Amino acid sequence: MDYVFQFGTVWQDWPLLLHGLWATIRLSALAMVLGLAIGVAGAWGDTEGPPALQWPIRAYVELIRNTPFLVQLLVIYLGLPEIGVRFDPDAAALVALTVNLGAYAIEIVRAGIEAVPEGQTEAGLALGLHPFQVFCLIVIRPALRAVYPALASQFILLMLGTSIVSVIGAEELTAAANSIQARTFRAFEIYFTVLALYLALSLAFRVAFAAAGRLILARAP
Amino acid sequence: MIRGFSPGDVWLLILAARWTVLLSAVAFLGGGVVGLVVAVLRTAPVRPLRWAMSGYVQLFQGTPLLLQLFVVFFGANLLGFTVDPWSAAALGLTLYTSAFLGETWRGSIEAVPVTQWEAGRSLALSYGQQLRLIILPQACRIALPPTTGFLVQVVKSTSLTSVIGFVELTRTGQLVNNATYRPLLVFGVVGGIYFVLCWPLSLTSQFLERRLDLRRPRRRRRGHR
Repeated sequence: MDYVFQFGTVWQDWPLLLHGLWATIRLSALAMVLGLAIGVAGAWGDTEGPPALQWPIRAYVELIRNTPFLVQLLVIYLGLPEIGVRFDPDAAALVALTVNLGAYAIEIVRAGIEAVPEGQTEAGLALGLHPFQVFCLIVIRPALRAVYPALASQFILLMLGTSIVSVIGAEELTAAANSIQARTFRAFEIYFTVLALYLALSLAFRVAFAAAGRLILARAP
Repeated sequence: MIRGFSPGDVWLLILAARWTVLLSAVAFLGGGVVGLVVAVLRTAPVRPLRWAMSGYVQLFQGTPLLLQLFVVFFGANLLGFTVDPWSAAALGLTLYTSAFLGETWRGSIEAVPVTQWEAGRSLALSYGQQLRLIILPQACRIALPPTTGFLVQVVKSTSLTSVIGFVELTRTGQLVNNATYRPLLVFGVVGGIYFVLCWPLSLTSQFLERRLDLRRPRRRRRGHR
């Protein structure tokens, strides 16, 4: 092998990489918050909501979970403008990630709700609380606590999935790598470096989620 | 020149789905073989082996598949192999699949009670015999539902190989869209084909899970039902 590795050219562009890294963190965090909101609302509709709400939620969950994220992204970014809904790449990326995570979050949160003993709900109803109050005050916290590890790993999968939005040119770490690659032609060095950055980021997320879990979930109900 | 979207295009997409299925099968079989090795080494009574395999799994589960494909594609070219997108896609997906299956199957092996190992040892079976005759048959039963579920993940993951230029279902969708410019229709059909491939697998996985897990209480549904 007579190839000479030149990681130096890659590191000359570190501000670009840092910028991309920050964009990835921001995009992931936003999608996590919005996706979890969809997850909780959808899980409520699926377990407690009226039947008219249940089947559209099931359809949404099954549709998203059984198609690739890349195709969902292309439908939202390229397809929706056909019916007049137009997003710039960054917005399309956020919408696609949120819609995608939402479906997985519904399934996870629903499992948590079903794990809360029936007696808890009955106790709440016996105290004269409205079913919605029972959900908000009694059911949702232990439900989220029970599925916190599953949610955390789904969040990390989402963070890794953000690399796919580089395909439509949304701003994040992989897109930064692509632009450096196009200029320097040091494809292997740049992608290898970025691979390492993602690895570090997913380890950092895992540590952060574990710490946050101890901090938030350790406190009494 | 822009032409209309015709039934012929739908047929073209269905034909392209063959490559998606083929790539999924190759990745699953290759990943299954490597994954079994990973799972066995990950539970082996030799600490350095467990550590090495743990690192392998961490590497592939902690990085985006898209980047793994880039590194395989460009890296293999550097090593002097002329790699076409098909080989890079097959190799990249095999490695990715092996890490996930290895981790799933490790869990299945560890879910078999330790007394089963001890019973085997007390019958004077060797480590290999304990594994092959006692542990793996039981672990297979436990592993079946999550493995079927992961197959859905494999099929969906093949769409990423379109980015390194492998012409499968998603890439064909992009090509048809470039000619017809009906993105909503084209990617709707593409998504529909993926759904037809994946949904039966998801349902099978759920069915197997319910049948296996008898301890779990009946699925509870509250509300207006």
